[in-house]
Amino acid sequence: MKYAGLFVMPAGFFLTLAALVLFTDPGQRIAFVFCGLAVEGLGLGVAVRGHMAARGEFRQ
Amino acid sequence: MTSPIPVAMPDSEVALTLALLLLAPLAIAGVALINTGLGRSRSAAQALLGNLLILAVTSIVFLVIGSAFAGCLNAGPGHVFHLGGKPWSWLGKGPLLLLGMNAAPAQSQLALLFESLAVVLAAMLPWGSGADRWRLAAGAAAAAVMAAFVFPLAAHWIWNGGWLSQLNANFALGANFVDPGGAASVHVLGGLSALAVIWITGPRRGKFPKEGFSTAMPGHNASYVLFGCFLSLVGWLAWNAAGAILWLNAPLSSLAGTALNTLLTASAAVVATFTVTRTRFGKPDASLCANGWMAGLVASSACAALVSPLASLFIGIVAGVATPLLVELLELAVSIDDPSGAISVHLAPGLWGLLAAGMFAPQHGQLLAQMVGIAALLGVFLPLVYGLFMLLNRVVPFRVDADGERIGMDLHELGGGAYPEFVIHRDESYR
Repeated sequence: MKYAGLFVMPAGFFLTLAALVLFTDPGQRIAFVFCGLAVEGLGLGVAVRGHMAARGEFRQ
Repeated sequence: MTSPIPVAMPDSEVALTLALLLLAPLAIAGVALINTGLGRSRSAAQALLGNLLILAVTSIVFLVIGSAFAGCLNAGPGHVFHLGGKPWSWLGKGPLLLLGMNAAPAQSQLALLFESLAVVLAAMLPWGSGADRWRLAAGAAAAAVMAAFVFPLAAHWIWNGGWLSQLNANFALGANFVDPGGAASVHVLGGLSALAVIWITGPRRGKFPKEGFSTAMPGHNASYVLFGCFLSLVGWLAWNAAGAILWLNAPLSSLAGTALNTLLTASAAVVATFTVTRTRFGKPDASLCANGWMAGLVASSACAALVSPLASLFIGIVAGVATPLLVELLELAVSIDDPSGAISVHLAPGLWGLLAAGMFAPQHGQLLAQMVGIAALLGVFLPLVYGLFMLLNRVVPFRVDADGERIGMDLHELGGGAYPEFVIHRDESYR
């Protein structure tokens, strides 16, 4: 689960790059960059959930 | 932000920047003391020695190898690919082993010095988060990886003519991604590396017992921690002023304002943390107040040279209120054992400072440029650092064995404690 989250994060980065390359309108760029950051947040959230799911293993 | 300008720097400016950079290691000393004070007494010598070792290893590796990838001495475009009709400089190209350093312009040499100090601080942040369980050899190896490849990549993108420092030229975004004091390449990068180390090493034994909530493991020396805050202030004042000269080409007349904004942000942050902890716990918490102070300094790294004093005050208050809440959230809700608070003190305030620089800076489009930079940091560097550290963990195991952790890192790794005349009490947390 942690790995899945970490694999999703670069996808958000590529969305951000796409915003720069594909659009010239500031509004569209902002919307796309927000989407990229949201995808990264989603990936980070999944990675954190993966850490939390594994916490039973290190409770002692 | 641009790479060092080709115009020769006046000698007076070179002398001032050099003097400022010679004060900057006080920030490193401050963070080393804080890392040590927030750990346990039976690991204090190992913690402080680790900080010194990381300083040495990162300096050697960065100056010999990493500076070539960062492109410090070569303000040219480096390795470039073309996409959408624009050049994207993704990696620096410079001489290995500092060849040709003496022939480089003074400003490039100062940039090299700035970055060689920055990489030390970035590599020390995960060391504090792995306190009481991270082996010296593994810490030094991780620092070497950061200095050889990870930090140079970030430094090139942000400071040395990389694609983030060309956002204005290529996409008309603000004044490029601005990070004069190293909030991104030092604090966010160091905080992300700390998160990777915490995930790989796991928590200290007894931190999260099977029954109940997490066990409180307070730092062993609040005096070290608070003295570290004073030392850090001197270092940060110098660091932010030197960064403003080097990366923003700021006039000397603006440096006092940069220093005052740094002081204001940190002061507002510590007052806010003091108020929050006093309200929540009935008494102010010394280590959390120190965290708040450091969070304010970190946030100022991104924006002290760009924003007004009033904005600095606001930025500090937000950092100071968020820090103690984040410390609590990470420990109780997310089971993150971060003894030095690198995530709540460096990663989160670093991101906030970068965002605030975009919100309050006068240039049009600056917020979007800052968001692009933040997306690059999160989307590239966390997966990259985690992957590299996972591979390194296979070669040099990060975590000490259970017996070593029980007797303390000092006895286990150094054969002697930091405080040999102290009576060691039985640790009740091992049940």
